[in-house]
Amino acid sequence: MSYIKSTFRHPSAKVNSLGFAKTAYEGALSTLCAGCGHDSISAAIIQSFFEMNIEPHKIAKISGIGCSSKTPTYFLGKAHGFNSVHGRMPSVSTGANMANKDLQYIGISGDGDTASIGMGQFAHVVRRNLNMIYIVMNNGCYGLTKGQDSATADIGSAGKKGVENQFAAIDLCQLALQLGAGYVARSFSGDKKQLIPLIKGAIEHKGFAFIDVISPCVTFNNVPTSTKGYEYVRDHLDATGTIDFVPERQELKIIHPEGTSKEVKLHDGSKLILKKNTHDYDLSSKREAMGIIETVREQKKILTGLIYLHEDPQDTHKKINSVDKPLNSLSQGEVCPGNAVLDALNEGFR
Amino acid sequence: MKETDIKDINYFHKVVDCQYACPAHTPVPEYIRMISAGRFDDAYMINWESNVFPGVLGRTCDRPCEPACRRGRVEDQPVAICRLKRVAADHKGDIKHRLPDIPKQKNGKKIALIGGGPASLTVARDLMPLGYHVDLFDDQYKGGGFMRSQIPSFRLPEEVLDEEVNYILDMGIRTHFKHKVNSLKEMLTKDYDAIFIGTGAPRARDLPKLEGRAEADANIHLGIDWLANVAFEHTKEIGEKVLVLGGGNTAMDCCRTARRIGGKDVRIVVRSPQADMKASPWEIKDAQGEGIPMFENHTPKAFVCEKGKLVGMLFELVTAEYDENGRRTLVPTGEADIFMECDDVLMALGQMNAFPWIERDLGIEFNDWDMPEVDKTTFQTSLAHVFVGGDAAWGPENVITAVAHGHQAAISIDKYCRGQDTKDRPNPGTTLISQKMGFHDWLYNAPVSSDKRHVVEHVDTNLALTSMKIEVEKGFSLEQGLNETLRCLNCDVQTVFEKDRCIECDACEDVCPTNCINFVENEEEDLLRQHLKMPADNLDQALLVSGELKTKRVMVKDENVCLHCGLCAERCPTGAWDMRKFLLNEAKAGR
Ligand SMILES: Cc1cc2nc3c(=O)[nH]c(=O)nc-3n(C[C@H](O)[C@H](O)[C@H](O)COP(=O)(O)OP(=O)(O)OC[C@H]3O[C@@H](n4cnc5c(N)ncnc54)[C@H](O)[C@@H]3O)c2cc1C
Ligand SMILES: Cc1ncc(C[n+]2csc(CCOP(=O)(O)OP(=O)(O)O)c2C)c(N)n1
Ligand code: SF4
Ligand code: SF4
Ligand code: SF4
Ligand SMILES: [Mg+2]
Repeated sequence: MSYIKSTFRHPSAKVNSLGFAKTAYEGALSTLCAGCGHDSISAAIIQSFFEMNIEPHKIAKISGIGCSSKTPTYFLGKAHGFNSVHGRMPSVSTGANMANKDLQYIGISGDGDTASIGMGQFAHVVRRNLNMIYIVMNNGCYGLTKGQDSATADIGSAGKKGVENQFAAIDLCQLALQLGAGYVARSFSGDKKQLIPLIKGAIEHKGFAFIDVISPCVTFNNVPTSTKGYEYVRDHLDATGTIDFVPERQELKIIHPEGTSKEVKLHDGSKLILKKNTHDYDLSSKREAMGIIETVREQKKILTGLIYLHEDPQDTHKKINSVDKPLNSLSQGEVCPGNAVLDALNEGFR
Repeated sequence: MKETDIKDINYFHKVVDCQYACPAHTPVPEYIRMISAGRFDDAYMINWESNVFPGVLGRTCDRPCEPACRRGRVEDQPVAICRLKRVAADHKGDIKHRLPDIPKQKNGKKIALIGGGPASLTVARDLMPLGYHVDLFDDQYKGGGFMRSQIPSFRLPEEVLDEEVNYILDMGIRTHFKHKVNSLKEMLTKDYDAIFIGTGAPRARDLPKLEGRAEADANIHLGIDWLANVAFEHTKEIGEKVLVLGGGNTAMDCCRTARRIGGKDVRIVVRSPQADMKASPWEIKDAQGEGIPMFENHTPKAFVCEKGKLVGMLFELVTAEYDENGRRTLVPTGEADIFMECDDVLMALGQMNAFPWIERDLGIEFNDWDMPEVDKTTFQTSLAHVFVGGDAAWGPENVITAVAHGHQAAISIDKYCRGQDTKDRPNPGTTLISQKMGFHDWLYNAPVSSDKRHVVEHVDTNLALTSMKIEVEKGFSLEQGLNETLRCLNCDVQTVFEKDRCIECDACEDVCPTNCINFVENEEEDLLRQHLKMPADNLDQALLVSGELKTKRVMVKDENVCLHCGLCAERCPTGAWDMRKFLLNEAKAGR
């Protein structure tokens, strides 16, 4: 039994600007099936937070139920975490965010957890524009319960059991767009070059940031007949363009020829540099984004990359006009100002 | 880069850093695992096959393996490889029945070995089981060469040496001790089919021209001669104040010996800065631990005598200056000379070869340094049936190098006697065997211990200084030894990658603790080395490069700090990675 990860790291491994080694962002050794796409996404999350110089204890990771929802155990071991109930990650995140809006929230869910049992919760957290990152590790099946088709499985796709799915697939990116998400992206677990800048962009984005990551289930849904297996996905990827994340203050090193790339500024001054290929459209146009997803789908391809970006400064807290200080830091007297105040309030309604 | 050819045995051989660095290529991790499993006899025999003197070397080896050990690149200290060898020797049972059978029916070939040190004894060890008749000549009264006459018994107990020398002599070698060979010409007239010269580097350097040298002669001793005299108990005492000149291992043995036979104020005096001293760091540390101070940048100027007897030495103070090529010159500082009182001086200034007994008209070519020309691979001289090895070949080295030479010379002698080409060298024997046993189960201990290097205890210094016969190092206790074995990274368990099975899920890349594994676009080596997740800037360490994968990328693994933990293979869903044990046994005469 060798299932122990050594504490030794590469001798020339660097620390980030906070002085943390990457180990400070790692978690327990994964118990998922060897080769599961979810592990790659965990690795991308670790790398992103490490490079973004975010203190691990200023992060809260929240998940539902499923193999995907287990992954927070395998990254950011020093962050806050709550492995909640199936499909309930959005409401638990909302609650936590209400209590302490100063943390960086990252919600992890699966296609089952989001598109089936948690669909209602998903819809509402999007429309409320909760300030969080929402990642769906999308394998087109219920991995944890042995691979039943999920609501994101494409019509005609067949997993290990060989039975073709008969029901229409839910496109979570389109749904998020429709419900008003400000940051919508799709990626593939096997493409960290794209996934890491997308996660970094999501970290910087203020408001709801949604990333649908196709993540093959090697055990139940990685056969040639499945549209969510490594081979099929790799053969059908169609990126909106390559993407680089440039943090605030950092000088741009890569200069793209004029007209082939564009910069998207985020609220804090950091930028996403997009190098476009065939799909040139207005990233901040919901209508165009919807259209492009549809077009690419008709071509039997999978659109990945940043699909839509439109920062809405009105996150949930702004919308409900909550106080500036996080609620959990208010004193007893501030949260519960006492009878006199209540009486005065009631008086006002008489 | 081109796809790595793992069928080239050199590739995996190089990954096993310790074995590669060992002159005799001892399969280190293999014996460490045997110790770990409590199989001390097996561990001993693996050593005995490769390095002939495990008990001796487990105490005295120069250990070139340790600076090479991968563990030293992952944390600060390498595995205590040398001291683990001693654990095997200390804990083994009777292994006599496992020694090779010596044929009663000889093959009719007679070999003479001149010198009875490790080089000659190794030649004997390899040739005796093949049926050769071997005669050994040495000017001392017992076998072992410098291992006996130079390495003091507080570092190497006589019983340990006797046991291992006798394993060989008892094979039926005809020994001629106390027999100095004074003429090779005469030896050549005897009907030997081959002669091996393993006479070491037995002449000490002197300071013949230094003022007062002749007058003080009675109290000036040549280090190696003096050590031999102490070893053979011709010399039993020395004055209270002793100056030891020189900064090599001989100097360390001289001063520590002097401390035990009467020296109270024993000092080491070196001409150069202490940092340039040749002695191994652990020998210096041990000498310092016995209360021996070191004086650097002191160049001997004169022996000072009073009434015809040595009373001290005069030293000039110098400082080391280095030119742009790093060449050192010792420049006098101009300060007043230093006088140090002393009763005796031990000179440990280095050794030379000396072949006054080899006539120059025998057909053996001598080079500009008046040394016989010896072929680096065959150890043959220009006189086809005369071979040279050990310190006699290219100057002073160490026991393990002498052993390695002995093995190679034995191959040559055997080939020569069979009328084969000595230049045609046999390949080592290698096997590559999967270590997978089941789910999460390997045939080796894959998890990596995070223990720091265990320290061997010494006997109390005051007690140690009372006798030449008290061994200073106690050796590892069994528990310490077993824990130390677990520090070994099993570098011989190779990560073997089969590209056709790979589905590029990145699991191995993500799990690897030391970020060895990369899936990248192929480039030329120098670029590739810079573009990996962790720059591969240790150019001595190879890159394992796969053929092109489905995505047109390649898998590139930097071997440098791979922990051989097997997690890549563990996390691979398709078995594209496998952990396979690469065992290399150096070729031997007749096999
Ligand atoms: C003080 C000292 C300490 C050392 N400590 C270590 C140590 O800790 N570890 C280590 O690895 N190495 C050590 N060495 C080096 C090591 O002893 C030698 O490198 C090694 O023994 C060389 O082996 P060899 O077989 O070439 O010859 P040697 O061991 O030198 O044996 C040669 C033998 O030939 C004999 N001989 C020479 N000429 C003749 C002749 N004409 N006729 C007959 N016999 C002859 C010599 O007397 C000697 O017995 C030490 C050396 C010295 C001087
Ligand atoms: C309330 C409730 N209903 C059903 C289940 C059974 N269940 C566990 S995980 C799961 C599906 C998980 O699928 P997904 O979110 O896609 O995660 P994956 O394992 O595929 O990553 C289901 C239905 C449950 N745990 N709780
Ligand atoms: S069942 Fe599928 S989703 Fe779950 S861990 Fe295994 S491969 Fe990953
Ligand atoms: S870790 Fe073990 S196998 Fe690797 S070089 Fe060191 S002793 Fe040899
Ligand atoms: S054995 Fe595999 S996982 Fe372990 S350090 Fe080496 S390459 Fe990395
Ligand atoms: Mg799923």
